[in-house]
This record gives sequence, structure tokens and C-alpha cells, in this order.
Amino acid sequence: MLAARRVWQRNFESWKRFYRASLVGNVLDPVLYFVAMGYGLGAFVRPIQGEPYLSFIAPGLLAGVAMNSAAFENTIGSFTRMEEQKTFKSILMTPVSITELALGEILWGASKSLLAATIFLAIIAATGLWHSPLDLLLLPLAFLVGLLFGAMALCWTALSPSYDFFNYFFTLVVSVMFLFSGIFFPVESLPDWASAAAWLLPLTHAVDMARALHRGELTSALVPDLLWLLTAAALFSWLAARLLERRLVR
Amino acid sequence: MGSQAGSRRPFPFASPLSFRREHEPINARETAAPPIQARGLLKSFGGIPVVRGIDFDVLHGECLGLLGPNGAGKTTTLHMIACYVRMDAGQLLVFDMDPRRAPREIKRRLGVVPQEDSLDPDLTVERNLTVYAAYFDIPRAQAEERAAQLLRFVQLEDRAREPIRHLSGGMRRRLSLARALISNPKLLLLDEPTTGLDPQARHLVWQKLRGLRQGGVTMLLTTHYMEEAAQLCDRVLVLDRGEVIARGTPADLVRDHVGREVIEIHSAPELSPELVTRLEELADRVERSGDTIHLYFRDGRSPAAALPLLERLDFSQRKATLEDVFLRLTGRELRD
Repeated sequence: MLAARRVWQRNFESWKRFYRASLVGNVLDPVLYFVAMGYGLGAFVRPIQGEPYLSFIAPGLLAGVAMNSAAFENTIGSFTRMEEQKTFKSILMTPVSITELALGEILWGASKSLLAATIFLAIIAATGLWHSPLDLLLLPLAFLVGLLFGAMALCWTALSPSYDFFNYFFTLVVSVMFLFSGIFFPVESLPDWASAAAWLLPLTHAVDMARALHRGELTSALVPDLLWLLTAAALFSWLAARLLERRLVR
Repeated sequence: MGSQAGSRRPFPFASPLSFRREHEPINARETAAPPIQARGLLKSFGGIPVVRGIDFDVLHGECLGLLGPNGAGKTTTLHMIACYVRMDAGQLLVFDMDPRRAPREIKRRLGVVPQEDSLDPDLTVERNLTVYAAYFDIPRAQAEERAAQLLRFVQLEDRAREPIRHLSGGMRRRLSLARALISNPKLLLLDEPTTGLDPQARHLVWQKLRGLRQGGVTMLLTTHYMEEAAQLCDRVLVLDRGEVIARGTPADLVRDHVGREVIEIHSAPELSPELVTRLEELADRVERSGDTIHLYFRDGRSPAAALPLLERLDFSQRKATLEDVFLRLTGRELRD
């Protein structure tokens, strides 16, 4: 499993050459959400569960941004490395195994999530929304979110014949979760059946945890959410490795 | 073959690269058995058989060529050895290990130059080598030193910091070769190493490969260039439709399958039937394809007797080559 870090290092070497361009997106993304949702929309919205709207959405948005980063990296990014650049094939000609390759890619996606979340957290702090040191725990949470969605994205990549198929992933998976996982409104306000369905969305558990941590509530109530995320991340990582193996090693 | 390799001339270039790890104790088991032993390899893709029962060994220090038209199963065979394609049936031992059980141990000892360009476009020339070295767990300092040596070897030392897109096709192929050598491989797999290169670039790659062979590196290469096989290979397997249809040294293949001399007559339609009959008596074999007639002469017969009959015709006389063998064995119709 150790060789997964070599795959991570390769992606880091590549990222180092172009990092300025990608950092711009990492900074602009949260700023745009804050301005539009928090200050724009938020001006018309009553406080939710006793919190001003911006403060209510900030931790969930952080989880959502973490999801987006990994989902993007392990679809478009991984697919480009696999199909256009033949990087995966080159790596498989070395002692690195396909499972290590998959894990390295997923770890890289999660690292991009961590980076995006770190910048997001800095903006939370800069806008006076910092509550307590527990806010720092949003960072490992973002990494876990990155592992989960990176793994899901890599599964999709392993099944995709072309870039066009990522549209489905972003519309059916990423957008649905972004809108219905409780970032912008409590899922309890949905009809019963819909809030039950929301429980099935992985991001719901991450948003729950993020919001609790942001409110300073570190309790055992978070354990089921944490286990849910860890289990899903492990399952999808395993599945991603098997699907890649099926596609690449014939 | 193994002991012979050691007595070959040293490297013909200034920086001696230790392709044979002389300071390491050589594993007795590895030196005893041929690096590759393949028996009855079978592989189908989607129900279509691609490799149909191939047997061969690659011996220590030799260069074996897999020669064949497109679709002959060359690349699939090479990929089985590289643990990238799983065989359906047969026995394959690479350094006495089964690719299904010990892919990591096998791949640690291999250097692969793939057919398609798979250099990393996000990295510089030098980083392509050092990042690849990291996949083999080679420490950074050692990787950098070795990358510098290899860049000199493939004559790219002044390109070290440039992006890959600045390199020509020939340079890329040389860099792919350097990349495959970064881990001091005991066995080099080359998949059509010069396809698509211009003659200058091709000859430079050949020169480098001959240097490696003289240094004792064991090689398996696929090619559909006869001249490449003749230049580089100790032995050749001719593959067609997934089967071995001939094997031997390039010289033996030419002698056994075609003979010594060839006359090509380029204006076949002008030949009278009587003349063709007469030529058939003089040559060992006469073959007609399109507007060209080939006359083949073995050791016993001389083309000299035919020459007076060919005055005023457009013809050429030459030595028989592997290309004649190849066309003789695989036919002249297009493959693709």
C-alpha cells in the first residue's frame, strides 16, 4: 500500500507547476458563495435554528466545496491521466499495483479537498464566523469527504467511455447532494420521505457533522455519521480499485 | 548465453552505467533459469483469439525479436510478461516467477518501453525520470544522479528542464528508453521502439540498443521492421495470427526460407509466358505480386544464369533479407 504515496507525489509534482491557476478557483469559489448566498440571499432569510443564514450554511458549504474538489479531481483529472496522458499505464509497468494506483489517486483528490477546505476555513475566520477551536476539525472532516467523493468519482471514471459521461455524475450525484444534503436548509424541513432519502446521501452526514462541529458540539451523536462516512469511503475505494483493474488489466 | 554476456565488450560510451548490478550478489536461481520461459500462451479478447499457443524462451543477455504484421499478437505477448495482460492459459515464468502471483517482484526487474508515447506531459524531461524512479522506490539523490547519466546516454542532457512537448518524436522515444532504464532493469521489453521515427532518429535508437545489448542487457522487442530485427536481434520469432510460424537467427531464417539472392523484376506484365517458364526453371522459386516478379535463388543456384534473359527489363538484384522471409511466410495481402 505504501507505493500509493508515489502516485500522490507524481500528482503533487504536476500540480506544483500549475498551482497558481488552481488556487484562484479555490479562493474565488467560497467567496462567490458567501457573497451570493450569505449576503445576497441571506438578507431575506430568517435565522435558521437560531443562527444567521450565513453562519448556518458556512460549515455545510465547506463540506460541499470539499466534495466538489475531489469529485472534479478524480473524474476529469484522473480520466485525463488515464486516457489522454497514459499515466496510469506507465505506472502499472512499475512495481506499483493497481490498488495502490487507485488509492494514490483518491488520496490526491482528498488532498485537493483539504486544500480547498483550508482556504474556505480561512475565509470563515476572516468574515468573523469562527466559533471555536473545534472549527479546526472541519479540516480532517473535509479530507474524509474528499476520500469518499474521490473514491466515488474514480468508480465513475473507471466506467466512463468518454468525458461526456461526467455530466451525469455532476448532475445526478454532485448537484443533487449539493442541493439536498442540508447545506442550504435543514433536511427535516423536507417531506418525510425526502428527508429519509437524504439520509442515504453521503454528503448529508458530512454536513451534519460539519454543522455540529461549527456550533461547538463534539458529542457521541456524531459517531454514526462518522462511521457512515468511513465505511462508504472504504467501500468505494475498494470498488474503484476493482473497476479500474477491470478496465485496465485485461 | 549467461556467461557469454559477461565477456562482451564494455560499454562504448564515456559514462559507465552499471546495467549489471555487479556489486550485488547475483541470485543463483535467477542466473540458472532463462529470464523468460513461455509455454502454450493463450489469450482471447472478447472471444477472439489473439495469442494461440506461443512457446519461447528468452536467454540471459540475448535480444529476442517478436516479428509479425499488425494483429499478430506481439504486443499482447509482451504485455503478458509485463503483468499487464493476464493469460487465459499456458505457463509463463519471468525470472522463475509467475506473473499472476508475483507481479510486483517481476515488474521490479523489468524496464518497459511502450509502443504509444506515455511520457508525463505535466513534468519536465528530468522529472519524468525521477518521478518514474520513485515508483521503484529509488531514493531521490540516487535517482537524480542516474537520471543525469541516462540523459547523457540518450543525448538529451541539455533538455533536462524542458517540458515534454518541446521534444521531437525521436527524442521522446529516447527519453522513454532512458525512463525504462532508470531502475537498472535485468530485462528490457521494447514494443516497436522505432515505429514512426525518421531514419536518423531510428538509427540513433538502434545504436543505443546495440550498446545496451553489448553491455549484457537481456531484451525482448517487438517490431514489424525487418531491418530492425536483423540489426538488433540474436534470434527472431515470426508471429502471425497469434502463432509462431518460424524461429531462428535472422541469417538462418533467410537461408532456410528464401535463399541467398533475389531478383526483382518490376515490369511483370511485359514478360512473355515463355520467359516466365524459362525463369522458373532457373530460379528456386518465382513469386508474382501485382506488377512485380520475385526470383529466389538458394545456395545451389546462381542468379547469373538468369541475367542474360533480363536485358532491357527493369529489374534489380540483391541479397535476400528478413523482409523476404516475412512476406514469404505471412503473404503479401494487407493486414489491419
